[in-house]
Amino acid sequence: METAEIKLTAKDFVTDQEVRWCPGCGDYSILKQVQTVMPELGIPKEEIVFISGIGCSSRFPYYMETFGMHSIHGRATAIASGLKATRPELSVWIVTGDGDALSIGGNHFVHLLRRNFDVNVLLFNNEIYGLTKGQYSPTSPLGKVAKSTPMGSVDHPFNPLALSLGADGTFIARTMDRDPIHMREVLKRANAHKGTSLVEIYQNCNVFNDGAFEVFTEKGSKKMNTLFVEHGKPLVFGEQADKGIKLDGFKPVIVNIADTSANDLWIHDEKDQVKASILVRFFDNPANENALPRPFGVFYQEDRFCYEDAMNAQIEDAIQSKGNGDLDALIRGKNTWTI
Amino acid sequence: MSAQTEIKTDVVILFAGDSGDGIQLTGTQFTTTTALYGNDVSTFPNFPAEIRAPQGTIAGVSGFQLHFGSVEVYTAGDASDVLVVMNAAALKANLKQLKQGGIIIANSDGFDAKNLKLAKYPDGVNPLTDGSLEKYKVHVIDVTKITRTALADSGLGTKEMDRSKNMFVLGYIYWMYNRSLDTTIEFIKDQFKKRPELIDANVKVLKAGYNYGDTVEAPMNRFEVKPAPVSKGTYRSIMGNQAAALGLIAAAQKSGLTLFYGTYPITPASDILHELSKHKNFGVKTFQAEDEIAAIASTIGASFGGALGVTGSSGPGIALKGEAIGLALMLELPLVIVNIQRGGPSTGLPTKTEQADLLQAIYGRNGEAPVPVIAACTPSDCFNMAFEACRLAIEFMTPVFFLSDGYIANGAEPWKFPSAAELPELKAAFAKNNLKDGEKFLPYKRNEKLAREWAIPGTKGLEHRVGGIEKENETGNISYDPENHEFMVKTRQAKVDNIANYIPLQTIDNGKEKGKLLILGWGSTYGSIKTAVKEAIAEGYDVSHAHVRYLNPLPKNLGDVLKNYDKVLIPEINNGQLIKIIRDKYLIDAQGLNKIKGMPFTSIEIKEKIKELSK
Repeated sequence: METAEIKLTAKDFVTDQEVRWCPGCGDYSILKQVQTVMPELGIPKEEIVFISGIGCSSRFPYYMETFGMHSIHGRATAIASGLKATRPELSVWIVTGDGDALSIGGNHFVHLLRRNFDVNVLLFNNEIYGLTKGQYSPTSPLGKVAKSTPMGSVDHPFNPLALSLGADGTFIARTMDRDPIHMREVLKRANAHKGTSLVEIYQNCNVFNDGAFEVFTEKGSKKMNTLFVEHGKPLVFGEQADKGIKLDGFKPVIVNIADTSANDLWIHDEKDQVKASILVRFFDNPANENALPRPFGVFYQEDRFCYEDAMNAQIEDAIQSKGNGDLDALIRGKNTWTI
Repeated sequence: MSAQTEIKTDVVILFAGDSGDGIQLTGTQFTTTTALYGNDVSTFPNFPAEIRAPQGTIAGVSGFQLHFGSVEVYTAGDASDVLVVMNAAALKANLKQLKQGGIIIANSDGFDAKNLKLAKYPDGVNPLTDGSLEKYKVHVIDVTKITRTALADSGLGTKEMDRSKNMFVLGYIYWMYNRSLDTTIEFIKDQFKKRPELIDANVKVLKAGYNYGDTVEAPMNRFEVKPAPVSKGTYRSIMGNQAAALGLIAAAQKSGLTLFYGTYPITPASDILHELSKHKNFGVKTFQAEDEIAAIASTIGASFGGALGVTGSSGPGIALKGEAIGLALMLELPLVIVNIQRGGPSTGLPTKTEQADLLQAIYGRNGEAPVPVIAACTPSDCFNMAFEACRLAIEFMTPVFFLSDGYIANGAEPWKFPSAAELPELKAAFAKNNLKDGEKFLPYKRNEKLAREWAIPGTKGLEHRVGGIEKENETGNISYDPENHEFMVKTRQAKVDNIANYIPLQTIDNGKEKGKLLILGWGSTYGSIKTAVKEAIAEGYDVSHAHVRYLNPLPKNLGDVLKNYDKVLIPEINNGQLIKIIRDKYLIDAQGLNKIKGMPFTSIEIKEKIKELSK
């Protein structure tokens, strides 16, 4: 038997299917980074499964040379739960969008997070419905003018990471399509986390919602408006890394590094759920005066038991205490009579 | 006392009381004891949707009807011989079900002014004393008082004492039918393991009920119902939902697959979840999902991974699962969908029975979406058909509907159960990588049954993608090609149609192979039709009975069978569903007999129709 390990490359994860997203779509970058990261994870291709729902992002599995399922709208999270419950050894990746995960699939999304199945969720957030050609989504900002909202949306939007943390998610992270290096790091962290890893990816829909995130992704404004968090490091941002965040009680405030003692800055602690709950609320409109910068990176990570492990442990316990099931005894039951 | 013993061939008893009176427990205990004695038994629990409906009211009446005999019995009986009522509402709700001259056993405490008022008897009217029941044999017992007296020294509070009232009644009925108390005493010991004082109390009251029959000075006969001459073998008593659960576990064992049951609680299907969750030592994985859609979606995930995926629900839940059933048939994965039907539409009659989801099962999805549908006809048949649904799902790589309903799901009967060795092996063959160098795996390549291979994650070299979008033949890649779509629609239909070659031919259950009238039934109407046809044949009518268990596809000889009769009658607990399919497919002028009252047919109703059509 051949045991020599074959070194995989990104190319091994490319399928023979033509990629059909619109030219310039942010999805291309995400696909590229996922294909690049996969060989580094040391998981055999056949042990990897990509499951998606419906939407532009959900075409993703067709482009990954692994096992895959393009399912129905909103249900990828529930399908992945059943797969993971029965095949805990597989590496399961859910690809979903803001409409798929947070609107039609909202129920399954929060239940997946609380159950903490060991899966990875890539939530492509473009704040719009692309596949249905441009209606506002549950993450579109208030007042969004779209096909279905000519006078502007009157729907208060979700804050996906606050929602995820509220559902007791154990790994909460954000990255963006335009920062490949950061995305690859976050993807690797997501894979390493045992439990449901939620990665929100800001993804530009250049056809129906172009520039939704440009203030965070473009050179001229990125440094002023984004905050890249790292465990154990102070929250620092700004053109010259000249600004920081400190906590005034529970209130985050922007300070000039020059005027502040290093000890006063907020030091990022991924294990601190209270601080994470403040960090996910850094959700200001960047156009507002004194808007807090939008954070990227791993906000929160917690080690908590996974549903599938608890489920399997009960089965082991039952077998330990009752012995392997005896079909004849089961069918016979307790009371029989013979004629 | 010198009570006379009268021999009876069969008896119907209806226990009725408040839904908190322990009526269901009383009924199931009598069923078990009487089945162990060797009688043939059939039961029909009938309870309100509310767990504790307002006490003393008609809405809160819970009933348990059982029919047992020294002859074979096929239904829970039409009218009852004995009506046991714990209160006035129970009498009012059920008196019309009692035969002329039948026996009423009434708990007088349940007929006080308050209870009479709750049951809406006019002021000052008490049916136990006003002579209105004189055509019945009424036996009034102050069950509450005797129970409290029996337990005076027990140290229990009044409320706890009163909970044993049903044991008094049970003991008394055991005396009437000369039954042993042993099985119930064993049950009580097991039930109250942790509270020995309740074991003593319940056994004491049970015995008090029995002894009351022996000592009371009353013109009360005892009855003897001898064991039934059923075929030799070993039997147990089984309820439909329990049988379905065992059938699923048996299929998992015989196929070597892990059983995954994804579900959401719903009446009357939840007992399958309860039963399965007790058997984790068979490796059974039960998943109580957040909703009906997640229940089936998780099951599809499990099937994709190589498990025996089963989801269970009732009509409203099945409606929610519709889109996902379509996905499963596009993915061509094995999946069993259990529908324990109840009264509809919408929330309908959750605790009552109906057969109104047949068209939903066969047609209720978007697009051309054929799914095999099979149905059980008795409680124990739920075992066979649940097992069979798994066989078809695995063998043909398709979702399969297994239909049952509230009547047989909660009803019980004796079951001459099979041994594990008698059950067929189910061949679940996962795809292996036999690809030559450079050859691509074709996930939608089909075998002679038109089934594709089950290629599960973890199989090196067989990485592939499946999805709900129309797919190209063989490769499974997305395809919008018009010719391909038509081809795939026809192929999926042909796959399901072809199952007709792998299921039993339609047989005649009773009566001649050719004749004047055929009663064609499906599902839980079996017992009522069986009884009616048997009696009608004995009375000289030219009538036969065939019962369809495979509804999609239908047995391939069914058309020929139907053509052997001048008339075909299709009784259904719905507004006419199988009849639409039969008329459509075979162009015959079948007639319907429909009852939509949340109740099974009585055999009398069917017999009347036989007589009418035989004129």
